[in-house]
Amino acid sequence: MLNEKFIRVLNVDLENGKLEIEEREDLMLYLGGVGIATKLLQENYRSDLPPLAPEQPVIFAIGAGAYIFPVLTKTVAMFVSPLTGELGESYAGGRLAMTLLMAGFDAIVITGKAKKQSFLSITDHNAEIIDARAMWGLPIGEVGRHVRDRVMHEGRSAGKRSIIRIGQAGENEVAFACVCVDSYRHFGRLGLGACLGSKNIKAISVFGNRSLPVMNQKKYFKAYQQIYKKCTTTDMMAKYHDAGTPINVLPLNKAGGLPSYNLQAASFEAADKICGDSFAEKNLVRKVACTGCPVGCIHIGMYRREFDKGHEYEAISVPYDYELIFALGTFIGVDDTDSILTLINEVEEYGLDAMSAGVCLGWVTEALDKGFITTEETIVDLKFGQVENYAEAIKHMSLGTNQFYKDLGKGTRYAAAKYGGEEFAMQIAGNEMAGYHTGYGSLVGSAVGVRHSHLDNGGYSYDQSMKEFDEDKLIDMLYEEEYERCMTNSLVMCLFARKVYDRETILDALNAIGWELTDEDLTKIGKRIFQAKLQVKKAMGFNQKAVKLPKRFFETPSMTGKLDEETAYRIIQKYTKKTDALLEEIF
Amino acid sequence: MAKVLRSKEMNKCLGCFTCMSVCSVINEKDHSLIKSSIKIRTTGGMTSRFISVVCLGCVEPACMEVCPTNALTKRKGGGVVLNQKKCIGCRLCQPACIVRAVNFDEDTAKPIICRHCGTCARFCPHDCLQMIEVEEVSDDVK
Repeated sequence: MLNEKFIRVLNVDLENGKLEIEEREDLMLYLGGVGIATKLLQENYRSDLPPLAPEQPVIFAIGAGAYIFPVLTKTVAMFVSPLTGELGESYAGGRLAMTLLMAGFDAIVITGKAKKQSFLSITDHNAEIIDARAMWGLPIGEVGRHVRDRVMHEGRSAGKRSIIRIGQAGENEVAFACVCVDSYRHFGRLGLGACLGSKNIKAISVFGNRSLPVMNQKKYFKAYQQIYKKCTTTDMMAKYHDAGTPINVLPLNKAGGLPSYNLQAASFEAADKICGDSFAEKNLVRKVACTGCPVGCIHIGMYRREFDKGHEYEAISVPYDYELIFALGTFIGVDDTDSILTLINEVEEYGLDAMSAGVCLGWVTEALDKGFITTEETIVDLKFGQVENYAEAIKHMSLGTNQFYKDLGKGTRYAAAKYGGEEFAMQIAGNEMAGYHTGYGSLVGSAVGVRHSHLDNGGYSYDQSMKEFDEDKLIDMLYEEEYERCMTNSLVMCLFARKVYDRETILDALNAIGWELTDEDLTKIGKRIFQAKLQVKKAMGFNQKAVKLPKRFFETPSMTGKLDEETAYRIIQKYTKKTDALLEEIF
Repeated sequence: MAKVLRSKEMNKCLGCFTCMSVCSVINEKDHSLIKSSIKIRTTGGMTSRFISVVCLGCVEPACMEVCPTNALTKRKGGGVVLNQKKCIGCRLCQPACIVRAVNFDEDTAKPIICRHCGTCARFCPHDCLQMIEVEEVSDDVK
């Protein structure tokens, strides 16, 4: 806790409606954010029970320095992933980190299942489980409005509260259901939405209004100003504000690393129609920021929808980013901005992870074409580029309309194992692939990454910057970056700011608010957290050597050429030796 | 010339709340947004636009006129200056402000009055907030 020598944890037992607050000095060894969340997951999860058992915990944690330094805006969620069956870890921005800090909690551990469908209201004075049966079945936008109205009527002004909520996909425990945070941000990956749904929690509001004194104003504000300056006057963050992450569409396409048509190709002929500039010209209406970030990378696109005959239109605004353009665009052959925004709106309202949903639809499209399944299963005919039918399929996926869609709701890996076509079911260890077919870095990086995300170790970035491929260098880079990000995610910084927050800057910031850390300490913290994650994964039954990569990754040439299957598995084996050694280390 | 704060280009606002953070830190030595004299809020959730609620720097300040202890006096260029020692925390200044820009610090039991110091404008990443030069106002009401 800021200004204190302990981590303040709120335990919420939904089953018995009980609350408990702990002040944990021992957790200071893990700094904050993902560090403390990993330990709390390790203490609370049950290896003998399935991911969505009521006993399984859902943990939210904010980082050391959260909100009070620029761009330390995110909150981490940890849980047992219903999609991969092992370590679940997801990040979201918005206002959540700031409100948790102002409510006085570093972490929240939620266990059990509420007796009725409920929303959980957390304030600096209390936490309440409130009957919300009437909200069950409502789309995400509407839930946000209802919770907001209620919170407002209780005299809690706007701006100092955060509302997170699930859609019908979460209610129906779709394994890749997301949680929407403050309208525009998400705990997207690995199925946190299903975890909350399984606990009968439709929404959580966090409101904090306590006073939080600045201990050493001079030192603190000096560090603050330096970071603020780097964020606003250098080019380190400029691209994220300008056209935003969609700026990546054209360079990746040109280089041949943009997964398209269920990775039958790694470039997209109409890339220029859906690139960052095209969205900016046709649809961009607004940019917003997470609380405490002077950059403002959230790009809001608007499109016009005809909801009835007789010139009946409405304007719909949704946030867009590179990964969504890949998953709901190139990966399923959708080649115009309005159509991509239409599909983004569908996954938003039902509450699905856009990336998993798009990649899953890619497999369905090809499996249908190849005859593994028929329209009897899919209800609608799905062909690359057919937006209306994809929108229908997203609805069926969220609602589990028939047995096929129920199976699909368990993830691409599960569905392909049952219906066939595993060689082109583009998942890695159960998590649907990200928008990079750049080389061994992206592929192996996701396979060995603790949560099988491209952001675990940034392997895709290694592919793009390396001059000559060197297997051992890649292994070292993946390993070092993994523990480095364990440390930075303890702050929890937005990964866009990783250049801003070099080691020196991190030490300046933390030591200005009362930590006494050295560069060596940061390395230790990173490795300590990495080790704890590996322990959790092992106890959850994860076996790195058993991960099977779909053949398609080795058929379609990547940005750095055709990948060799044997090489990929050899890199995984070598990497595993390093993590096995880490498990033996004592910190 | 004296300067006052103006939030003229709120259409550019990102909703990052940096102005509120730095105002609280510099003027009240606190991280909490409730201590800030400038308030950024939405008009209906994140999907609506951001607006600012901040002292408009009145030349004839209604807050000052209702103050029973003369704790508020005219500031050069507009707005008021608070004398903490004279303030009894009666809160009359709050409803007197037609744009509701007077906040109240429950810890000190005194109003939070914008000093037009310009810190918020200096840290606004999108130039929504600006310090504008104005004619100095004579202090005869005092």
